[in-house]
Amino acid sequence: MKHLRSIEELGVEGIVRILSLSEHMAQVNQRPVPKVPALIGRTVVSLFFEDSTRTRISFETAAKRLSADTMTFSVSTSSVNKGESLRDTIETVSAMGVAAFVVRHKTSGIPWQLSQWTDACIINAGDGWHQHPTQALLDTYTVMSTLGRTPSATCLAGLRIAIVGDVRHSRVARSNVQAFTALGAQVVLVAPRTLLPPGVEDWPVEISSSLDEVIGDVDVLYMLRMQRERMNEALVPHLGEYSQRFGLDERRATLLRDTTLVMHPGPMNRGVEMVVDPATLPGNVITRQVANGVSVRMAVLFDVLGGSEVTTGAQT
Amino acid sequence: MKNLEGSSPSTQRVSVLGQADVNRAITRIAHEIIERNRGLEGVVIIGLQRGGVWLADRLAAAINHIEGESAHPLVTGYLDVSLFRDDISLRPVTPLSVTDIPIDLDGSKVVLVDDVLFTGRTVRAALDALNQYGRPASVQLAVMIDRGHRELPIRPDYVGKNLPTGRDEDVHVTSEAVTLERRVTQ
Amino acid sequence: MTNQQTINIRGGRLMDPLTGRNGRMADIHIATGQVRAVVDSGNDLPSADIELDATNCIVSPGLVDLHVHLREPGREESETIETGSRAAALGGFTAIVAMPNTEPAQDSRIVVEFVRAQGERAGLCEVVPAGCITLGRAGEALAPYDELRDAGVRLFTDDGNGVQDPLLMRRALEYARDLDVTLAQHCEVSRLTTGAVMHEGSCCGHLGLPGWPAIAEELMVHRDIELVRLTGARIHFLHLSTQRSVDMVRVAKAQGLAITAEAAPHHFTLSDESLRSFDTVYKVNPPLRTALDIQALKDGLADGTIDAIATDHAPHASHLKEQPLDQAPPGMLGLETALALALSELTMDVYDVLAALSWKPAKIAGIDDRHGRPIAVGEPANITVFNPSVEWTVDREMVASKSKNTPYHGRVVSGKVRHTVFNGHGVVIEGVAQL
Repeated sequence: MKHLRSIEELGVEGIVRILSLSEHMAQVNQRPVPKVPALIGRTVVSLFFEDSTRTRISFETAAKRLSADTMTFSVSTSSVNKGESLRDTIETVSAMGVAAFVVRHKTSGIPWQLSQWTDACIINAGDGWHQHPTQALLDTYTVMSTLGRTPSATCLAGLRIAIVGDVRHSRVARSNVQAFTALGAQVVLVAPRTLLPPGVEDWPVEISSSLDEVIGDVDVLYMLRMQRERMNEALVPHLGEYSQRFGLDERRATLLRDTTLVMHPGPMNRGVEMVVDPATLPGNVITRQVANGVSVRMAVLFDVLGGSEVTTGAQT
Repeated sequence: MKNLEGSSPSTQRVSVLGQADVNRAITRIAHEIIERNRGLEGVVIIGLQRGGVWLADRLAAAINHIEGESAHPLVTGYLDVSLFRDDISLRPVTPLSVTDIPIDLDGSKVVLVDDVLFTGRTVRAALDALNQYGRPASVQLAVMIDRGHRELPIRPDYVGKNLPTGRDEDVHVTSEAVTLERRVTQ
Repeated sequence: MTNQQTINIRGGRLMDPLTGRNGRMADIHIATGQVRAVVDSGNDLPSADIELDATNCIVSPGLVDLHVHLREPGREESETIETGSRAAALGGFTAIVAMPNTEPAQDSRIVVEFVRAQGERAGLCEVVPAGCITLGRAGEALAPYDELRDAGVRLFTDDGNGVQDPLLMRRALEYARDLDVTLAQHCEVSRLTTGAVMHEGSCCGHLGLPGWPAIAEELMVHRDIELVRLTGARIHFLHLSTQRSVDMVRVAKAQGLAITAEAAPHHFTLSDESLRSFDTVYKVNPPLRTALDIQALKDGLADGTIDAIATDHAPHASHLKEQPLDQAPPGMLGLETALALALSELTMDVYDVLAALSWKPAKIAGIDDRHGRPIAVGEPANITVFNPSVEWTVDREMVASKSKNTPYHGRVVSGKVRHTVFNGHGVVIEGVAQL
């Protein structure tokens, strides 16, 4: 695999391969020294045009456990506006001898644009509202492993998964819908019409505007982050009303089955989508998602770079 | 050595060791391990994933059979070296291979076990991987087949059979038999 | 410009508003900037400095593009009036209407005269400046229409922006009516398109890009049709892109309202699916839409609801397009591919294609005294000679435009301009620009 840009491009076979590798990496992470020399000599650059300390640290931990050299290239959007084009940026950093870029950007499609201008592998760590494939993979891994299932093209078969909240602006939702449904799960999106994307009727999902009607009947309840900055776009009247309709509060928590896994991509908006303390819920796997993130990202880095030539540096 | 039936037209397979030969080799190596280490004190048998696993199990069973109720029960473990290899691009990781070493290896006498010794790169990776589990007093190497072509200064301490091979030949080792497969150019 | 060249064009099929759709096999003689003789093929012509072969070609009035961004003054890194004029001549155009979104905008006599003079200096085609509807295209105060009309401006637009304020648009139409000039609207209710990158639809939802909904165009088309009904003024709709827009214009025209409309080649040849590549070359405003819209535009062109094909030629330097999709400027090249795309992609007769690319837009631009004329003795010699069936491959490295943002790189099209005669001069001969 040359790049990991979207779940769609990865395909079912690729998802299963990454899940299998992730199991292996999880086992590595349990060793007394959770570090292997697999990617020694390869340089992995975190190219973050948008801040995300959590995702960046998860990737960098993964890269370090595989003995890759890591560098961070943080670009505030404002400095890119000072005349340097996207192409200039990637070509400049590539010239230093980079095996893979882990890229986060606020605009959809950046990983595809960048891969035109560099020979390095591109790993999408979130592009706009479009894709966040490693999040989907770690979520899939979390559901699969928590339920004691093993990687296969049907490892989520028979599961009903609700994804609740701002699907329209969510790369997590787009990636997860693709990954969950690819592995056989049934997905129901729960959101007001204003927070659903155009064309959602063509997605392989059910749609509901009532969390109460859905919540008692799902194997996984996946809560999306409701961003406060969306409040001035007339998408919902105010956060309080959103929370009342779509938040997981004490009352709704009582409607959950004990076996229902409760998930969130983080960072959580306490008091908005997550009113109840998730630690009190029997199916809470939110911290497990974070832990699995390292194993899954090790698997992705190894899958992308395992077969690549060592990049020694720029030709001069 | 005789040709086996059912071989495909593009390959030629010959039997190297039969079931009885394999059993005898295991028994002999078991004796040698006990003898070399003067008993079982501190001895840890570690099979390399995945070809060395069955052999480690068989060796451990043979050693236990010879020694009986020893004061020092034999410890066995398994080691996955896939992420320690220097030729990682050539070999896919086998997801189900796990490392399972139940004790700290400080001061122990490790016997690494693998089915075939070829270039030596797997053993080199194993030596690196082993480091993460402590500092053994010594590391020895037991293999069923040494087929030559070493690329690193590594030699086995216990050998089932030295088998001169060509690089275009494949050695297949199972708990029942060892065969040599030669690719025939058409 | 001096008009000393004499030119003969032989062996082609003349096609103009008077010859009808079958045309006429004829040879022509050009001198002192005018057509001096038209004879049946093979008959004698006066001798000429330049003999242009037109075998297997159509000889038509020069093409007219109602919608071109030349970037000068202000953005000369992307295009200049000279490079844009050269692209136009190679595309068979003898007149192009320069959109006023320059820096400064074409809202004063001095800027308009500069643009016209730069066009004359290049000498490759007539550069016809359009004026602004509002000062600085800011949508707040009317531009000085009479001053601009005196400077020769007949078409006024804030292209790039729609006039958002309905009161201002009403006043503009009322004021323009007295002066007998035409307002051209870029139909986009901007409140519905904030941050938009592509057509709002299934594809945009999938790609997670902010959408530009069809309704944002249609609301303004609807509003302006009603304002035309109210004021009795004329309006021209720029680059219509949606099915409903075409339907509304069809109905309004049937009701006798003074409405004209244009469509851009990219809107009837490319769809929003192109954005799946995330290539900014496909970002354009209004955005590429769906297969249904494409068909509606083709139908609208075929039945005359849409009067003209206009390119919305919008060059952008590479470094501007090599930005994230939300920051890259919208727009694509059009001048050098428009005729070929119209001939390749539309089911219309060559004659109808020429109507939409020559004499109808000439009338809308108010330049039909010198462009889109019949090819007859005494007429100005603005003539295009093209082979309608020769195939060629679009190559962005070969474009005459200063920028390379053509979305058709690698595409095989049929129909190629062979000669362009502007004002009696062979400005393109055998596909090569002479200036």
